[in-house]
Amino acid sequence: MASPAPIQEDPTAPAPVLGPGQTYTTITQKISSIITSRTTVGWIVAVALALGLMQCFLLGVTWLLIKGVGIWGLNIPVGWGWAIINFVWWIGIGHAGTLISAILLLMRQDWRNSINRFAEAMTIFAVICAMQFPLFHTGRPWVAAYWLLPYPNSMGVWPQFRSPLIWDVFAVSTYFTVSLLFWYLGLIPDFATLRDKAKKKISRMIYGVLAVGWRGSAKHWHNYEMASLLLAGISTPLVLSVHSIVSFDFSVGLVPGWHATIFPPYFVAGAVFAGFAMVLTLGLPIRAIYGLHDFITDRHLNNMSKVMLATGLVVAYGYGMEQFFAWYSASPYEGYMMQNRMHGPYQFEYWSLILCNVIVPQFLWIKSVRLNPYALFVVSMFINVGMWLERFMIVVTSLHRDYMPSSWDMYHSTLGDWLLYAGTIGIFLLGMFLFIRVMPVINMVEIRLLVPRKGHGKKPDHDASTEVSAE
Amino acid sequence: MTMAENSIYGLMAEYDNPDDLLHAAQGAYAAGYRKMDAYSPMPIHDLSESLGYDKHRVPFFVLLGGLLGACAGFGLQYWVSVIEYPLNIGGRPFLSWPMFIPVTFELGILFAAFGAMLSMFILNGLPQHYHPVFNVEAFESASSDGFFLCIEAEDPQFELSETRGFLEGLHATKVVEVES
Repeated sequence: MASPAPIQEDPTAPAPVLGPGQTYTTITQKISSIITSRTTVGWIVAVALALGLMQCFLLGVTWLLIKGVGIWGLNIPVGWGWAIINFVWWIGIGHAGTLISAILLLMRQDWRNSINRFAEAMTIFAVICAMQFPLFHTGRPWVAAYWLLPYPNSMGVWPQFRSPLIWDVFAVSTYFTVSLLFWYLGLIPDFATLRDKAKKKISRMIYGVLAVGWRGSAKHWHNYEMASLLLAGISTPLVLSVHSIVSFDFSVGLVPGWHATIFPPYFVAGAVFAGFAMVLTLGLPIRAIYGLHDFITDRHLNNMSKVMLATGLVVAYGYGMEQFFAWYSASPYEGYMMQNRMHGPYQFEYWSLILCNVIVPQFLWIKSVRLNPYALFVVSMFINVGMWLERFMIVVTSLHRDYMPSSWDMYHSTLGDWLLYAGTIGIFLLGMFLFIRVMPVINMVEIRLLVPRKGHGKKPDHDASTEVSAE
Repeated sequence: MTMAENSIYGLMAEYDNPDDLLHAAQGAYAAGYRKMDAYSPMPIHDLSESLGYDKHRVPFFVLLGGLLGACAGFGLQYWVSVIEYPLNIGGRPFLSWPMFIPVTFELGILFAAFGAMLSMFILNGLPQHYHPVFNVEAFESASSDGFFLCIEAEDPQFELSETRGFLEGLHATKVVEVES
């Protein structure tokens, strides 16, 4: 067996992104032990709870397909309710995964290496949840297929390519596919590790098939690294385009409160904000339960908090701009929309939103908050709620009182709304719990790259004499 | 090459850290060996280049995929909106190309991603159900903490005992024969 890589203190190195004393051997053992160890009772209980929550989805969908979208709180004028709110919320959560795996890779932020795998998993499951809403808000998805997808049908009709809703179909399905490819690409070498570590024949076969014969050859890595880099490169404009297109669903419309040019950047920043909050919401418990403090260090918490603070400020700027343009447009409808948000029937939601997304994140200026996992968890929960409220605010308060006072109405959520929303949380949690159990929650390859190397920086003059020899 | 060497795939040397492997690969290339490959649990900078494998062919397929996807996306929208199903809405032009940019862009990205993924698979010969290097028992550590250099018997310069001696001289911790 190979000996552990030498550990050397380098005084010039930046704050560590990997705990001291970790070697190639210990990294592999620590991370794969999460999978190879026995199933704990806690995990079974968690999966059972998530499965239970997922039953809400089955109930909600069955009821929906029998009765139609009338079981939701929709009415005219509020023709878009929780379905689009939840869709945008989930898609936004997914975006942090891509930001971490792609944009931070291009910027050579090596601290991302330990969080990118589960952030990417989060993206996959969040996008799966998001896709349920546009699918089921059509009421009868099998009938809706012809205006969602371009395929030759017996009616001879085709989708309207000038509609942002069709752009959405292409953007979200491309986003899901590319995220899945990128995720799988990163998993192949880790599957090879699990194949070689597996004790049972069946798991060796399953991981073996998933690893597609990966043998870690230099030629493999050569093409692999280029493919990975280019996927990161094309995912970056993709993720920005996806949430911009999601925001076009609103801003292309003429409804007061939607028709604003600030929407694309404001939505993208909100997505990253919400996504990092969800990464922390998931990452902090995973780190505590599996003892991954050497991989998800204080530096990670600090950096993620800073990203949240920065994007939170962009979001707050977005709220400010909405206020400003409501006044500056001199449009009575825009002005009323903003008055109605602040002082109308939904004022509680509006001020809760300001509390969650603007006031609470300001605690992240304080370093001790950024480094305290409990405080950080509380802040991230506030942001999760706040970002949901933001979409509620945009969708509902803009629609429920628009141009004609005679057609104003209120939107009240129903059991049907709640079942579907709670159900997708169940799907998301179930996916994450299963993922943690069968796939490496941290990218082992990228963590190995963080191990300090003896000959690095010097020319390789094989001064191996000082070093422990094999066996 | 002698007859006895036909049953072996090559000679595999094990190293216990990436730098020794890199050094050995450079040494083997300098000594004239060409048919060889190095194996490591993570990418090592310059390693494939030092084995003489330095051409990047993935980017071409990504570009090809991106262009194909963008053309397919725009072509689809052109065909639907202008030829197959034109909708006259207040006399507005059928070819309203600015509205076609999002779908064109998304399909370009989609095909480029498939270009990256498929070209990585094809260039690496994956999926592959069998490879001789897996016959070496210690090789299972190549995916966790082992570093290997394998000089293949096909190399014109390969000569069992001589190559073995050469590899041992390059700080290998162990040298074994790989059955084919």
